[in-house]
Amino acid sequence: MTSNVQRSDATRGGFWSDSGKTGLTSWIFSTDHKRIGLLYLFSTFSFFLVAVVLGLLLRIELMAPGRTIMGPQTYNAIFTVHGVMMIFLFIIPGFPGAFGNLVMPIQIGARDVFFPRLNLLSWWLYIIGAAIILTSLFTGGGPPDTGWTFYVPFSARTGTNVSLAVFGVFVVGFSSILTGLNFVTTIHRLRCEGMTWGRLPLFVWSLYATAWVQILATPILAITLVLVMAERLLGTGLFEPAQGGDPLMYQHLFWIYSHPAVYIMILPAMGVISDIIPVFSRKPIFGYKMIAFSSLAIAAFGSLVWGHHMFTSGMSDTAILVFSFLTFVVAIPSAIKVFNWISTLYKGSISLDAPMLFALSFILLFSIGGLSGLILGAAATDVHVHDTHFVVGHFHYVIFGGSGFAFFASMHYWLPKFFGRRYAEKPAVIAWVLMFTGFNVMYFTMQVLGMEGMPRRYYDYLPEFANLNLVATIGSWILVTGLVIMLVNLFRGLLWGEPFEGNPWGGATLEWSTATPPPTENFAEDPVVTHGPYDFTQQD
Amino acid sequence: MTMNEQHHTISYKSLTGTWVALVALTALTVAATRLDLGGYKVLTALTIACIKAGLVIAIFMHMKYEGRLLRWLLFLALVTLAIFIGLTFFDVLYR
Amino acid sequence: MTHQPHTDNLGARLGMWLFLFTELLLFGGLFLLYAVYFKRYPHEFAVAGTQLNWVMGTANTVILLTSSLCAAMAVTAVQRGESRRAVGLIGGTILCAAGFMTIKYFEWSEKIGHGIYPGSAHLRGGVPGESVFFSLYFMTTGIHGLHVLIGCVLLAVIGFKITSGAVTAENYNLLENGALYWHLVDLIWIFIFPLYYLIL
Repeated sequence: MTSNVQRSDATRGGFWSDSGKTGLTSWIFSTDHKRIGLLYLFSTFSFFLVAVVLGLLLRIELMAPGRTIMGPQTYNAIFTVHGVMMIFLFIIPGFPGAFGNLVMPIQIGARDVFFPRLNLLSWWLYIIGAAIILTSLFTGGGPPDTGWTFYVPFSARTGTNVSLAVFGVFVVGFSSILTGLNFVTTIHRLRCEGMTWGRLPLFVWSLYATAWVQILATPILAITLVLVMAERLLGTGLFEPAQGGDPLMYQHLFWIYSHPAVYIMILPAMGVISDIIPVFSRKPIFGYKMIAFSSLAIAAFGSLVWGHHMFTSGMSDTAILVFSFLTFVVAIPSAIKVFNWISTLYKGSISLDAPMLFALSFILLFSIGGLSGLILGAAATDVHVHDTHFVVGHFHYVIFGGSGFAFFASMHYWLPKFFGRRYAEKPAVIAWVLMFTGFNVMYFTMQVLGMEGMPRRYYDYLPEFANLNLVATIGSWILVTGLVIMLVNLFRGLLWGEPFEGNPWGGATLEWSTATPPPTENFAEDPVVTHGPYDFTQQD
Repeated sequence: MTMNEQHHTISYKSLTGTWVALVALTALTVAATRLDLGGYKVLTALTIACIKAGLVIAIFMHMKYEGRLLRWLLFLALVTLAIFIGLTFFDVLYR
Repeated sequence: MTHQPHTDNLGARLGMWLFLFTELLLFGGLFLLYAVYFKRYPHEFAVAGTQLNWVMGTANTVILLTSSLCAAMAVTAVQRGESRRAVGLIGGTILCAAGFMTIKYFEWSEKIGHGIYPGSAHLRGGVPGESVFFSLYFMTTGIHGLHVLIGCVLLAVIGFKITSGAVTAENYNLLENGALYWHLVDLIWIFIFPLYYLIL
């Protein structure tokens, strides 16, 4: 197999071989944004797969009441590690790191990002942080059992290895900050001639908004994590009631970052969808300006709503009122996007290729997730479903059904461009059908369970929840079957599949105008842009 | 590369002048907080600190000579911080 | 036209400013905690604040302002092609920083000598607000001190680059960004000083 891979590398051309360097060091020390993008893709996706296996184990444990395959401590550790990996090691670095790096510089007609070496440093920091997190699982008091939120006072007192895990997340956060500042600078300074702000592809707009969230919110997480470490190692007591501290302040600080972080996860996904839908509808995007604007609005309003995670924490009623109101305000820019996507589809010449199927299912799943979010955003209903499986279902609809499916859409849409070979269409569609079905069977059931009162984060439950839990577990198997088919299909296709040439889908953004795969500096000569990103009249 | 070659050299004299002003403001803030100002003490100290910060940013950090972009972005960052603190106080003040 | 990133000074400064924003927000989290706990324990904070030595605090403020002046003058010197003077001024900055850290060392050791440090028996036994004040004091000045040290290393490297001719009147981006970082350290201290030393 190795020899096969090497042979296909050489024949692949473009940035794979045109620098004359193909060894491992030419990749892990490369400053080419496309190579760094692929490094991010492989590393983040590996963690995704590990976390999927952990999630599967959680579902198997919940298949029947009582102890099925693990005890409470193991269960606590596994849901913590599942969350930490999915959030900090996959979806936050995944979109900007992998597809942002691969596509964004080409879409704005640049040769690379503004700070190429800093870009490489970002990836290395990510890898170092990930290694620290992995180390924390097997050293000290064992894997953390706090949940991915590291809430005090438990995280300050538990004997598990929270300090090291938190330090790993700190390092990964630093990587995220560097990616963000690199992207903002790149988008401001490296747009090619004619690439005005009004002609930026919407994926770039969404990355721009994301990058701002990364810059302004991540430092708050950094200081919060430092304070947790200080709490554990020095006994600062800033969150310890006995010493006059206030545990709620930890929750404030944590969610000041972590709610905007949800938008780090979903905004680039929305950008991808805004890029894919017009291409497969053969129509310009409806309401370009409003979609671009709503990305910025989501980033801005998304920074004002963190308190809705704390309605039942003992926060003041005034704050609950304010945060509940602001939460409803965020729904507006999100809805603007959904309406604009639907309007783009209207009377379009729609072709249901694999990227489009994932994109369309994104709209549905994101809408379900978003609307169930409103139930949680309303303080009165939140009190009833807080910390139940309704919440788990809700955020999986948004982050897996939303960001995850958009990630798969991007893999099918953009990876052939970079590998020069394509996957087979039929297995891709079968995989999509299975994943979409399994996803809904699993998470919709979880939302129902939550409504019925099943709390989250317990390895055991009352017998009346048994049937629905079995259904959800079976859903997880269907979902994973689809995922495996998708991966095998992508792996085989991208390595040995049919050649992928030119612009088969008729995209009008710049990445479709350069060679496949793109050369190291992206374009034979610096492009000059004369039309918008969704102006398909130029081609026909 | 056209637009960014407007590097502005600030004379030693105006830098030193800024430093004198900053030290004077430091003396002022120490003196003012020795007085019994009651609740206004925090306000006075922070106002003077803001003026000093403004001087450092404008002169030492050359913000006075930067284009609109950087100024707006700095404003954005400060507003964000103010919002983070402000919204938290909806909880702290009314609990 | 925008394809020579290494000569794009504005872009480089933009990147540096974005990084400074992140530093600002990092300390912003600590100031947020200060604000909240000051609201809750105004009296305890005032009492605890009197235990800090405002003379040392003032001395450190003036020292840090002077170091910032040196850093700013170093930029002017390099712009005018006066490399030797620039190196001297950077040396001045680092010297000031050393003075700052020395005074900080004496302050800290005095406090620790009196049994006042995060998690100490004295603070655990005292009133709650006092422990919060001193924990915040040690965390804030500690992280600030760490930034002073990082800034020193950064400026020292830049100083060597001026000597070796890598930073010149035509290409002084690195020095400018290093100086920006240094001013940020000063900026943070401008707020730490009144909040911890003067409000009593």
